[in-house]
Amino acid sequence: MEYMITLYSQEVERPAPGSPEFEAMMGEWMAYNQRLIDNGHWVAGANLAPSLTATTVKKSADGVTIVDGPFAESKEVLGGFYLVKAADLDEATALATAVPIPFGSFEIRPVAFRPDADHG
Amino acid sequence: MSVSVIDEALTDLAREHSGRILAILANRIGDLDIADESVQEALVRGAERWPKDGIPDNPPGWLMTVARRIAIDRLRSDSSARRRIEQSGHDLTADLNAAPDSVPLIDEANDATVRDDRLRLLLLCCHPALNLEAQVALTLRLVAGLTTEEIASAFLVPTSTLAQRISRAKRKVRDAGIPLTIPDNLDDRVASVLAVLYLSFNEGYLSRSDTTDIVRVDLCDEAIRLTAQFVELVPDSAEALGLFALELFHDARRDARVNPQRELVLLQDQDRATWDWTKVTLANSLLHRSMQLMAPGPYQLQAHIAARHTNAPRADATDWAAIASLYAQLEKVLPTDVVRLNHAAAVALATSPNAGLDRLASLTDLDGYHLLHSTRARLLEMAGEPALALDSWKRAAELVINPAEKQLIDERITALS
Repeated sequence: MEYMITLYSQEVERPAPGSPEFEAMMGEWMAYNQRLIDNGHWVAGANLAPSLTATTVKKSADGVTIVDGPFAESKEVLGGFYLVKAADLDEATALATAVPIPFGSFEIRPVAFRPDADHG
Repeated sequence: MSVSVIDEALTDLAREHSGRILAILANRIGDLDIADESVQEALVRGAERWPKDGIPDNPPGWLMTVARRIAIDRLRSDSSARRRIEQSGHDLTADLNAAPDSVPLIDEANDATVRDDRLRLLLLCCHPALNLEAQVALTLRLVAGLTTEEIASAFLVPTSTLAQRISRAKRKVRDAGIPLTIPDNLDDRVASVLAVLYLSFNEGYLSRSDTTDIVRVDLCDEAIRLTAQFVELVPDSAEALGLFALELFHDARRDARVNPQRELVLLQDQDRATWDWTKVTLANSLLHRSMQLMAPGPYQLQAHIAARHTNAPRADATDWAAIASLYAQLEKVLPTDVVRLNHAAAVALATSPNAGLDRLASLTDLDGYHLLHSTRARLLEMAGEPALALDSWKRAAELVINPAEKQLIDERITALS
């Protein structure tokens, strides 16, 4: 099955590129991504720009409005996602738990349909 | 053959065997929905055919055979399900062509595979990705073999609400991919199962005294039956043994808890001769086994407390100091206000009413809970403060819901007014 794991967490100051802290952080993410690839879980994934860059398009019977900011204002914001292959929810849960973010909420949703999925 | 005999045989078949058969079938075909529908359909066929054909010699074997045939038919007509089966590599059709009588009776005591099948089904029903209400409903429906109507009436909710809860849970199981597997680390999952069993037992225990509906399923009995099965499946779990003992200690006092006028009788006023001492003996030995595993947890500690109450020869010979110290241990692993409330009451009886009243003062979050006020009232009576006690009894009377409990509170109000 395929699952989308969306990563919500508080936006914290990132270490400056080039600093040892930055290298350590990148090392963890690269190791995690490599693990997804090596074990055949990887489909897609991305880290998003901070939520201050978010724009929301609201469509209703009254028309379209463009709003500055994310869809839901909350302390924990959407910061990235993974699209993974996993045998079942337990495996997907284990993958979500291993995401190298210390505190946050990671929502796991099965993919119902994806037009460009490889059928086989 | 009379309808009632057949009804009874079918109910017995559903309760005692359908969960096990569902577990086996679901694992073989890898599809819980189809397995469940097939078992239900087979039971319906039994209700139709048995009055004419008679009850089969081996009802569980009959149910397994018929349910399996129905499942195969459904799988053949459902191409997506068939594809899944082919991928899963189970050889489902191997013994399909055998005559129904030649299908061997499943001997669960000697069959580790069947034990694992049953454990997988129970773990799935109590999966933490389902909310607790859904876990309870699925467990009672799929593992305990209760009907949707029976569960709805036990929890006093409309049948349609419960049916919806179950179908929503089954849909989540299917679409989110909740697996029929046994994880490497079982501890957290065992805790989920125990929470479901304990909630079911408590619901039964609380509602037992005010039920007038004689057809209502006894949730205590069902919870005890499921806990006994679970202990078989995870024999090394100290907490499962602890919960089993706890349930039996409470259940041993079931008949003494209500008098012939259907009024509640407090523990201290119960006739200990009417307790079920066979159950107490079993509970004591289960608790002993639980202790030997050297892994004390909340259920085992609560069972120890129940054991102290139950094994005391008379109410006034209760070892309150030991109970207070057990509550102190329980408070460390289960730091809830309700535990603190019980701890306070035990401290009061072990030392002085004022020591308990001091502890109650900090439990402001429980202000809407009738037992806080009735406990305070009782301690104030002991401390020689009848006027203050009356105020607390009145507050308890405003909050209490269970009519049998309300009656006891009203009696105190009358006595003190």
